[in-house]
Amino acid sequence: MPTSYAETYFPVLLQAVIAMAVAAGMLGASYLLGKRVRNRVKDMPYECGIEPTGSARERFSVKFYLVGMLFILFDIEAIFLYPWAVVYRELKMFAFLEMLVFIVLILSGFFYIWKKGALDWGETGERRFRKP
Amino acid sequence: MYASLVPTSAEMIRFLPELILTVVATLFMVLDPLLGRQSRHVYGHFSILALLGAMAAAVYVYRDPGAAFSGMLMVDGFATFFRVVVIGVGILTVLPSYRYLDREDAETGEYHALLLFSIVGQCVMVTANELIMIFIGLEISSIASYVLAGYLRDDRRANEAALKYFLLGSFATAFFLYGVALIYGMTGSTNLATVRRAILGGSLGSAPIFIGVAAALMFVGLGFKVSGAPFQIWAPDVYQGAPTPVAAFLSAGPKAAAFAIFLRIFLTAFQPIGPGWEPLVWVSALASMTLGNFAALTQSNIKRLLAYSSIAHAGYVLVALAARSNVGTAAAMFYMAAYAFMNIGAFAVVSHLSGKGERYLKVEDFAGLGAKQPGTAALLSIFLLSLIGVPLTGGFFGKFYIFKAALDSHLVWLTVLGLLNSAVAAYYYLRILVMMYMREPGEAASRIQPLTPGLRAALVLPALGTLVLGIFPGWVLDFAGRSSVFVR
Repeated sequence: MPTSYAETYFPVLLQAVIAMAVAAGMLGASYLLGKRVRNRVKDMPYECGIEPTGSARERFSVKFYLVGMLFILFDIEAIFLYPWAVVYRELKMFAFLEMLVFIVLILSGFFYIWKKGALDWGETGERRFRKP
Repeated sequence: MYASLVPTSAEMIRFLPELILTVVATLFMVLDPLLGRQSRHVYGHFSILALLGAMAAAVYVYRDPGAAFSGMLMVDGFATFFRVVVIGVGILTVLPSYRYLDREDAETGEYHALLLFSIVGQCVMVTANELIMIFIGLEISSIASYVLAGYLRDDRRANEAALKYFLLGSFATAFFLYGVALIYGMTGSTNLATVRRAILGGSLGSAPIFIGVAAALMFVGLGFKVSGAPFQIWAPDVYQGAPTPVAAFLSAGPKAAAFAIFLRIFLTAFQPIGPGWEPLVWVSALASMTLGNFAALTQSNIKRLLAYSSIAHAGYVLVALAARSNVGTAAAMFYMAAYAFMNIGAFAVVSHLSGKGERYLKVEDFAGLGAKQPGTAALLSIFLLSLIGVPLTGGFFGKFYIFKAALDSHLVWLTVLGLLNSAVAAYYYLRILVMMYMREPGEAASRIQPLTPGLRAALVLPALGTLVLGIFPGWVLDFAGRSSVFVR
């Protein structure tokens, strides 16, 4: 049984050292052993094997960010279902009702963004977002 | 094993104020896209009804005080006092918002929903009895406040305010959360009483230094939320850019809730290391008072002036915290109630005078208000006199009890410097009074609109509150005194 503070956390330090060693080892080994070929094709940005087209620094519609943000929100909320499923049998009806409340709250949020036009991609959505 | 997690009905009832507000705010979200523009005032009415209901519920559930949800929430006198304060702040914010939102042609449903959510967060904060619950309440309250600060989306200042508030606020909560993590790592608990027992028990071995680090980190996070120096930089910009009723709300509601958890955490969990953190609070209190008051002297924009004044007032309440006594806790509670009344009242007058687009925000714009609209000027005078701390107003007794508590705890120098500071503060409040009564009416006073019923209530109610606290402070102070023992 570890007694002192340093002893308790020694494994953590060990793990950190090993992690750094593995990373440094992999990079170092490929640097030392790897074959380096430099030509035009190699220097091109990798786009899934397709020849790159255009600049990556274009302006995106703000809708991308909006949808991305909403996706993360609802995605994270779905994660609550997992711990809930684990304890569902023990908590019985209470767990069911609590999850019902939770889902209703999510759905009212979903209803809100839908009706507000946050998911509409075209003109209609923008109009609804503008001030009346 | 998990059956004990199922809350009893008594526990659910203790959570009733939050339940009422959450249900109504969620209903607003669903109704907002369905109802048209003609029903834009409905939300305000229902907000007030919901807040009144929640306040009644908060008072009602105090008949059966106790813990709820496995001890995560604690409904005691302290929590009830602050619940009533933050819900009252909500009511006083909704009243001037009717006119403001009409004038600025802004949507109403989202505004009231966000306001109610923010108040739910504050109610959770003040009832919470352990660090994770405090953090959740803090986040609910803050995230809604960030959006409210930038509610006028087409206004560049409002955008700036929201962005600054969000970025700095996120940093501050991260500091707070880091402190919570350290506490959990050291003591194995986030419950305030258990943390205190662990610190007292001395079972922490060689690690008490980390308790100090955790306290310091939480001090940074909470110092930001109460806008105490040196974490006050955001306040003037945010108050200036935010819609005026929102600025009033930010300066009273989240601040009162933040002070509540400040008192609860530092006087319960960190009470054993009190001598360690007292100098920190001492310095922060003095810096907030001095910086706030002296910076306010040179302000020409009334919202910035009130922002610096609110930093100074945070300094006064920090004095009460530095006293580390029940008397100090009671004084801080009383002060937050008095401050909520007088500050929201002052902001309501600013909102009324500033006109569409908040054009008239200079101190000079108050010129001649006493001649053009004597009633409004008289009510503003009450708020300003109370902010100075003139007898017969709530502000006087607030300051009196705070400095008395400081003297009782032998903080003589802090008291002397605090009193000198109050004298400095008198100058910039009196400047507004002089403007109102001794100058010819300018453009702003000439174009002032008649008071709407909502605004009238928003001015008269805080004035009444200020005077009642100033003339009959006994009842509120008694309650605060009896409740302060729960924070030990």
